[in-house]
Amino acid sequence: MAESILQARDLSRHFGGLAALSEVSLACEMGQVHAVIGPNGAGKSTLVNLLSGELAASAGQVLFEGRDITGLAADRISQLGVARSYQKTNLFRQFTAFENCRLAAQSRLRTSMHFFRPALTREDINAEAHRALAQAGLADRHDVVVSALSHGEQRQVEIAMALATRPRMLLLDEPLAGMGAEESARIVALLHELARDHAILLVEHDMDAVFAVANTLTVMVNGRVLESGSPARIRASRAVQEAYLGADSD
Amino acid sequence: MMPRSRSLAIVAILIVAALVLLPFVAEKFTVQFATRILIMAMFAMSLNLLVGHAGLVSLGHAAYFGIAGYCLALASQQSQAANFWTSLPLVMIAAGALALVIGALVLRTGGIYFIMATLAFAQMLYFLLHDTGIAGGSDGMYIYARPDASLFGWRPIDLERFGDFYFVVLALFVVVFGFIGALRASLFGRVLAGIRVNEQRMRSLGFATFRYKLACFVLAGMLAGLAGYLAAVQFGVVNPDMLGWQLSGAVLMMVILGGMGTLAGPVIGAAAMLLLELGLQSLPALGDFNPGKHWQLSMGIVIVLVALFLPEGITRLLRRTAADG
Repeated sequence: MAESILQARDLSRHFGGLAALSEVSLACEMGQVHAVIGPNGAGKSTLVNLLSGELAASAGQVLFEGRDITGLAADRISQLGVARSYQKTNLFRQFTAFENCRLAAQSRLRTSMHFFRPALTREDINAEAHRALAQAGLADRHDVVVSALSHGEQRQVEIAMALATRPRMLLLDEPLAGMGAEESARIVALLHELARDHAILLVEHDMDAVFAVANTLTVMVNGRVLESGSPARIRASRAVQEAYLGADSD
Repeated sequence: MMPRSRSLAIVAILIVAALVLLPFVAEKFTVQFATRILIMAMFAMSLNLLVGHAGLVSLGHAAYFGIAGYCLALASQQSQAANFWTSLPLVMIAAGALALVIGALVLRTGGIYFIMATLAFAQMLYFLLHDTGIAGGSDGMYIYARPDASLFGWRPIDLERFGDFYFVVLALFVVVFGFIGALRASLFGRVLAGIRVNEQRMRSLGFATFRYKLACFVLAGMLAGLAGYLAAVQFGVVNPDMLGWQLSGAVLMMVILGGMGTLAGPVIGAAAMLLLELGLQSLPALGDFNPGKHWQLSMGIVIVLVALFLPEGITRLLRRTAADG
């Protein structure tokens, strides 16, 4: 097996006495989608928060491109090439879609300690923001203030911002939540496209989408990994059926 | 109708022209009062960098204003005038260094704790100067000779003359205004705006936000130092009240009254507060009660009314009126 780009080893996180995540191990490969599914409260978002550095792990280790990134701050991990989107839309609401992505692109400058030159004259950064917006399917919504966008469009801005930072690893926390069928289909197509040159960790509830794009699945229940493997294996797993998929047997 | 930017540019040119002409038509008191407004406007603009642009509400901003005044006073002892061209940048650097030390500590806190921490540091400095004899204690110090602005023997301006001093302050005001105007649109300014709106998101985008907040804190401290230096030159005296929380609160009021986060807001706020103060001080007596003497009472009422009816400040009110008309 090739060296995994991202590896979690026995990752745990406790909130007081409550174990939100217990000894979770998984690996993401370049060019593949690794989906994490599980019922609400299974610890999926906690996992993303630990991988992106937003939360500190109580125990365990995270390796990115062979380097131990456990305990690094969120901004450092982002600079290494790991981008994330949020389950609950987390944007600069009073800025335009373009400005949201422009800031994301600006983050790749070595420093933003430039006090005089107008930011908008940095054509390289503008182009990067436009590219990301177009890729996420928002080419004609640049100048709309984010709070005036539809919920689905705001989710697309989330993805566009992640792309504008030129990551190699994408952590997408329920990118399809609250999207209509048409928007969902577009994002699933985008995920296929992105999987070519990114590693993607996808947390998602939409099972059709998950089975359409995932190369590997990890099923989590109560903060633990219940089962992990290929879509076919997960579908066939009795434990998964009982604990999770059985709930909506179709 | 003209585009907004062009009509604003015309208004700005008219205001600057009026300010340049002022000393030729107005009497001494008016020129000195205008000088004071310009100095306080610079002070308020420096605080607005923190409060309005980066979303960092400081209640101890007078510390940098006051320390700059004290630096000048200590540099001009025994009626020996300081050199204007060297002392001004040095004093600003000193104020910036103080902001660097305090900022590195207080910026580790957030929200209400940030307000408390900035206030606490400013009050520590206040009592240090008030209760010890290192700089005249509670009486403060006099600056007997204003800084010498001669260049290699040539004396283009004399700060002892109120007209010359006014023009120096006006020129510096224009520079500060232009600098902050450029800063708002710069890469740095955009980072500050992002931090104000959603700092956690900025971090997840890869920005080391602490660094930018600290740079903003130091910049604001240096510009407050510039204002404090000029205030010390104008009044020829410094005392601990220059660092006190009343002044920190008053300048915060100017920023809020004018409009947080706007370019002209702090200037309008400073002018409005000082003119209001002047107006309220000259109210006629009502029998035994002299409202002019107790002007702070009426000021308090005005502030409450502003908070109720103008929570977004004068600038945004003007903007909305202009947009409707």
